[in-house]
Amino acid sequence: MASSRPSDAIDQDPVEERSAENPRLGPIGFARFLWRSLTSMRTALILLLLLALAAVPGSLVPQRSSDPNGVFQYQARDPEGFKILDALGLFSTFSTPWFSAIYLLLFVSLIGCIIPRTKHHVDALRARPPKTPARLARLVGFTSVENPGEAETAVTSARQLLRSQGYRVERYGDSISAERGYLRETGNLIFHTALVGVLAAVGLGGAFGFTGQRLLVEGEPFTNVLADYDSFTGGSAIDPDTSLQPFSLRLDSFEPQYTFTDDAWRPLDYDANVSVREPGGDWMPATIKINAPLEVGGSQVYLLGNGFAPVITVRDPDGVEVFHGAVPFLAQDANLFSVGVVKVPDGLSDQLGLEGLFYPDAVATESGALASFSPLITDNARLTLMVYRGDLGLIDGSGANVYSLDTTDMEQLTEREDALVLAVGDTVDLPDGMGTIELEGVAQYVGLDIHHDPAQAWVLGFALAAVFGLLTSLFIPRRRMWVKVVDGRIEYAGLARGEDPALAGAVADLARAHAEALERRMPS
Amino acid sequence: MTPETLAAWSLLGVYSASAVYVIAFIVFVLDLAKRSSDAAPAARPVAVAEAAGSTAVLVEAPPAPPAVGRPARNARVGLALTAVGLVVHVAAIVLRGVAAERVPWANMFEFALTGTGIIVAVFVFANLWKDVRFLGAYVTGLAALLLTLATINFYDAVGLVPLPPPLQSAWLGIHVLVAILATGFFSLGAGLSLVQLIQNRREAGKLPRLRLMTTIPSAENLERLAYRVNVIGFMLWTFTLIFGAIWAERAWGRYWGWDTKEVWTFVIWVVFAGYIHARATRGWRGNRSAILALVGFAAVLFNFIVVNLFFSGLHAYSGL
Repeated sequence: MASSRPSDAIDQDPVEERSAENPRLGPIGFARFLWRSLTSMRTALILLLLLALAAVPGSLVPQRSSDPNGVFQYQARDPEGFKILDALGLFSTFSTPWFSAIYLLLFVSLIGCIIPRTKHHVDALRARPPKTPARLARLVGFTSVENPGEAETAVTSARQLLRSQGYRVERYGDSISAERGYLRETGNLIFHTALVGVLAAVGLGGAFGFTGQRLLVEGEPFTNVLADYDSFTGGSAIDPDTSLQPFSLRLDSFEPQYTFTDDAWRPLDYDANVSVREPGGDWMPATIKINAPLEVGGSQVYLLGNGFAPVITVRDPDGVEVFHGAVPFLAQDANLFSVGVVKVPDGLSDQLGLEGLFYPDAVATESGALASFSPLITDNARLTLMVYRGDLGLIDGSGANVYSLDTTDMEQLTEREDALVLAVGDTVDLPDGMGTIELEGVAQYVGLDIHHDPAQAWVLGFALAAVFGLLTSLFIPRRRMWVKVVDGRIEYAGLARGEDPALAGAVADLARAHAEALERRMPS
Repeated sequence: MTPETLAAWSLLGVYSASAVYVIAFIVFVLDLAKRSSDAAPAARPVAVAEAAGSTAVLVEAPPAPPAVGRPARNARVGLALTAVGLVVHVAAIVLRGVAAERVPWANMFEFALTGTGIIVAVFVFANLWKDVRFLGAYVTGLAALLLTLATINFYDAVGLVPLPPPLQSAWLGIHVLVAILATGFFSLGAGLSLVQLIQNRREAGKLPRLRLMTTIPSAENLERLAYRVNVIGFMLWTFTLIFGAIWAERAWGRYWGWDTKEVWTFVIWVVFAGYIHARATRGWRGNRSAILALVGFAAVLFNFIVVNLFFSGLHAYSGL
């Protein structure tokens, strides 16, 4: 692509422009024309700019990959606009055909440039520095001084001097031709090749990796098998039934720390204390923190969320337990006011649905409604429940979401004013003599992300190689230098290949160093 | 001293630095005005009025060569003032960090505080290397404007609060600082590219009355300078992107996820990659590449201001 031409050449006249005028372009000629157009610097540049432009919508509308809730909200807010944007693929910009087309063409163009340039560079590495030009006077930093001694002495010492400065040197008659900075082009090629490597590694990582989420309540175990995940996205090249390493994980305790500063409760630290067991091993303690994931079974386990899970027991009128469990509630604010849903499909006269609000540290506001004063569980912890009975929608699937209650086929038994209110340890009656409900306690839970990407280290490796290539290609000057002894004078001049603002200074330095070297040789 | 006292001293430093920058800005503007009048005789168009009806032909003198020699007194005073402002500014940044017991770039006010400091620092130190005092008005104006706006709007948004767990990482120090450094270089580069565009028009004979431009390097030299500054910015931006990806992997469980801020980091990187390539493409050197550099800097500002304030995403821990 662009800087892939020999660095002394500003994009050359494309040959294809002439062939394009030829009406009798055969299929092979046409293919050649397409290939040349694609690999020209101008095309690469335009593809680059298109790529930047095409990425912008990905930040303007919510993306399914990074913000699925935002996409739902957009759809609810503006269903008509949603249809149009969705047809264009804007809610998954980075996997649309048009976005993929741009970057794939860019990379094809890139490869089409790397290959011939690598060949060109390998030839240049083998070749000797070019013949000294007949006249140096028109080149950069031309300097001419009187030769204090023999021509031969001046030439040999110039040769030594240039060589010690890292130049590749060649003698032509009474002149030295020198070149250095081959690393500039090497770096350039490494940079562009490494970019191809990054793309390939990202692709492989996607195909051979997986990512899954699991919400884990204190005391609950998790085993790394497909069935134990709440959600799971696997790459196309893996079989989730056989590819997962069966380690086990248990949340022993979750310890958040808060501070009250600047009029608000703020988190200081989250520690998820877990036990881990790999196949054939024992349970080992470990801690997962934000910014410090756990490495186990070739995967990383990240702590991405936390909250409270009220432990609820529902009994029928005869006192028989029909539901028991810790129900994770989703936090709504910094003080962990949380909402959640309890579904009791069996064991009572009707299916029962409960919409719950949980306040870890409840205080009554002026309006009489509750709010949470802090994110810490206190004696003031309260759970309020709105009761519904009827069809939970579990059969037709409308009630599949565990965090929401579909109340279309349900009868509301309590209003907001007479909602059930429970403190920890309380048991209260359900309306209409349906039974009782008890809040036994409140457990904490964590949201874990488990991620496996076998190519991740490769991505980093290629990225670092790209940086190395970039640094050398941008900051190492490629330059030619000539020292010529002619008619009792010594001439110096240089030629820049690419950006080289320091060239004139380098020629002057060379002339000075050479004069000193000659002086040392023959003290007068 | 309590953190609150230190923060109050820091704020006093912010106001003082802004005030000094405003004065420096005025002096730099006076310098530009003076350049304009001093340069007048050299660049005055030779008017040959042909009294043939309504047509008058103006024959221009060729653009005068850049004035060499000691920069004017106002330019020197402006730079000295800017340096004084910078010292106060740096003190304010350090005090802020001491007061908060962490790096002073963890929320919107602090980004602006440290960011403008670095923009000015890059300008002041660039002057040791090349005389770019003609950008003094641009740099001090930009710094004073951003610093004042950020202080008025965001100083009270968050107090001296401890870092939330996601920001508790050495990468906060590295990734964000490198991003701010890159921004400093990009702003200087954008100033040079902007002047380059104007100079280019003048050299084409389109702005015969803009005489002060005769005291400023040629468009070609400006382009070369802008390139060298922008390339450093690009390098730093590459590091911002890679460090950000490493940190994202630790904190969010993936190294790249097209978060809004990631999208814009990518867009900026690609635009400046385009800029570098443009300088090696026939027909794209000069004006076009300068425009690309300006588009890139506009994206940097957009990323800092609009994305931080109006877009949602994972980079929102700072609560402004």
